[in-house]
Amino acid sequence: MKIAGYEQQPVDARLAREARWDVEEFHAAYCQLLDLGDIEQWADFFTTDCLYIITARENAEADLPVGLVYAEGRDMIRDRAFAVRHTQMFAPRYLQHFVSNVLILAVAGNEIRAQSNYQLLQTLVEGPTTLLQAGRYYDTFWRENGRLLIEERRCIYDTTLIANDLVLPV
Amino acid sequence: MFSNDTVIHPLGSTSKEREPASYQWPAEGLAAIPDWIYTSEWIYDREMARIFHGKTWNFVALEAEVPHAGDFKRSYVGPTPVVVVRDEAGGVQVFENRCAHRGVEFCRHARGNTTEFVCPYHQWTYDLHGDLQGIPFKRGIKGEADSGMPADFNNKQHGLRKLNVECLHGVVFASFAEAMEPVAQYLGEEVLKDFAVVFKDRKLKILGYYRNELPGNWKLYQENLKDPYHATLLHSFLVTFGLMVAGSKTSMIADPTGRHGTMASRRPDDVSKVVDSNTAKEMRAYRTDLKLADTRFLEFIPEFNSPWTVTMQTIWPNMIVQRELNTLGVRQIVPNGPNSQIMIWTMFGYDTDTPEMTRHRLRQGNLMGPSGFLGLEDNEAIKFLQEGVRRSPSDRGVLKLGGKSEGTGGIISESAIRAMYRSYREVMEL
Ligand SMILES: [Fe+2]
Repeated sequence: MKIAGYEQQPVDARLAREARWDVEEFHAAYCQLLDLGDIEQWADFFTTDCLYIITARENAEADLPVGLVYAEGRDMIRDRAFAVRHTQMFAPRYLQHFVSNVLILAVAGNEIRAQSNYQLLQTLVEGPTTLLQAGRYYDTFWRENGRLLIEERRCIYDTTLIANDLVLPV
Repeated sequence: MFSNDTVIHPLGSTSKEREPASYQWPAEGLAAIPDWIYTSEWIYDREMARIFHGKTWNFVALEAEVPHAGDFKRSYVGPTPVVVVRDEAGGVQVFENRCAHRGVEFCRHARGNTTEFVCPYHQWTYDLHGDLQGIPFKRGIKGEADSGMPADFNNKQHGLRKLNVECLHGVVFASFAEAMEPVAQYLGEEVLKDFAVVFKDRKLKILGYYRNELPGNWKLYQENLKDPYHATLLHSFLVTFGLMVAGSKTSMIADPTGRHGTMASRRPDDVSKVVDSNTAKEMRAYRTDLKLADTRFLEFIPEFNSPWTVTMQTIWPNMIVQRELNTLGVRQIVPNGPNSQIMIWTMFGYDTDTPEMTRHRLRQGNLMGPSGFLGLEDNEAIKFLQEGVRRSPSDRGVLKLGGKSEGTGGIISESAIRAMYRSYREVMEL
């Protein structure tokens, strides 16, 4: 699978190390927030004009643009967070994100492109903890005031057949 | 969590299973639904034989998915895997995904293009019509006794099992039954009308797929979209933004047989004008605090010759046609045992769409699918219903809204669900 814009570029070793450190820090903070359920601050990880897509690998490989979640701009992220927090009907659940295999693909000025693997574990009331998704993040980060923000995040999951639904953010 | 690794009521412990002769519909008739139609293996098997493998037209593909000769798609009729393929002459063929030799499900790719199908096990080869072309060592090995196929073996008698196929407005239907009325007649005038609004004289552009396992009986999805009552109650996004709300112009249309339906609604210009304080009180999901930071999401760009801004169609037994503002799609129901179904969502636009229109449809797609603001709530509710009927000693649900009417009805009515079960009981002889 090739995602346009996420090819490996030559990156200076020192820049790559720094970028990796920052990206790993970012993942840890992002996952911590979501895993603890503070979804209303989710939008703070994004730039104003961000693009956020969750889609099956099946679609990515066939170059089909649909998103299971498709948010153009931070306002759409905010709207989703509000809906999930306040209006959506779904059974209580916990999610845990595990992110690994961070690859720094490109560093140019304030922009970092990276790829990481993720696993999502879900726990429902009186249910076992199950693997909800195995996927990959294709990220473009923008460094602003020393902090990374998501300019683009494509969450591409291998787990084509979703177990009923995906409610909480990836 | 998939239903096959659930800890709630694992497979093989079906407490509501009983002797076939005792499956008697409750005396109240259609005012009650017995739980066993959702939980029984015996009922499920009978449904597969009489409905999905019987005299029904089943959605299998959109023609836009297989535009060129040799394009194919894995699909299903009921739970049965089939292959849909475009032949050299431009026709569409549907056959079982089961090698005529030993039964191997030979086609393993969701989609692709090929000139022939080869079963990987013993390399039996089939053409795009499903006819058997070649068998390795058909004549055996020279000098070896009892080698190869018997001299009277005729390839023509050992092709793939072919299904009856008809395409209507670019939508491909298949049936195991030979003597079927034309699809247009099967749908009936009322349902065909809104079906044509979406498909007639349109070239589709496929935008992509969602797939999910839904741990609920397949009929619950047919019911869900013949149930306008739930739409006004469960879904905050529907009622708050006037997509389907008590007080606006709506209709639950059923075909004369009761199998199919169209849930239709016209969005009012100002929702607050149609929802008076009494109506608002009845609908907890009507949320004045739900305001969008990005209002592009729910814009409606007029593009249809129809009085409705929303039509959700249920086509018996396995298809949903979704026209929710400008987000378009079809859903295919693949029954997966009494307690489970697999849902395949194909989202599309039209080939005339500008890039901005495509993006509009993609943004609006957040309403639907297994993460959609409407889609996920239905999946949750259906799962809860299935869990409720599986484990309690109570044995029936109530279907009295709207009195005894069956068929086309209003929004606070279960008339269309009753009509569906009237037809179901006839076919199932229950
Ligand atoms: Fe619904």
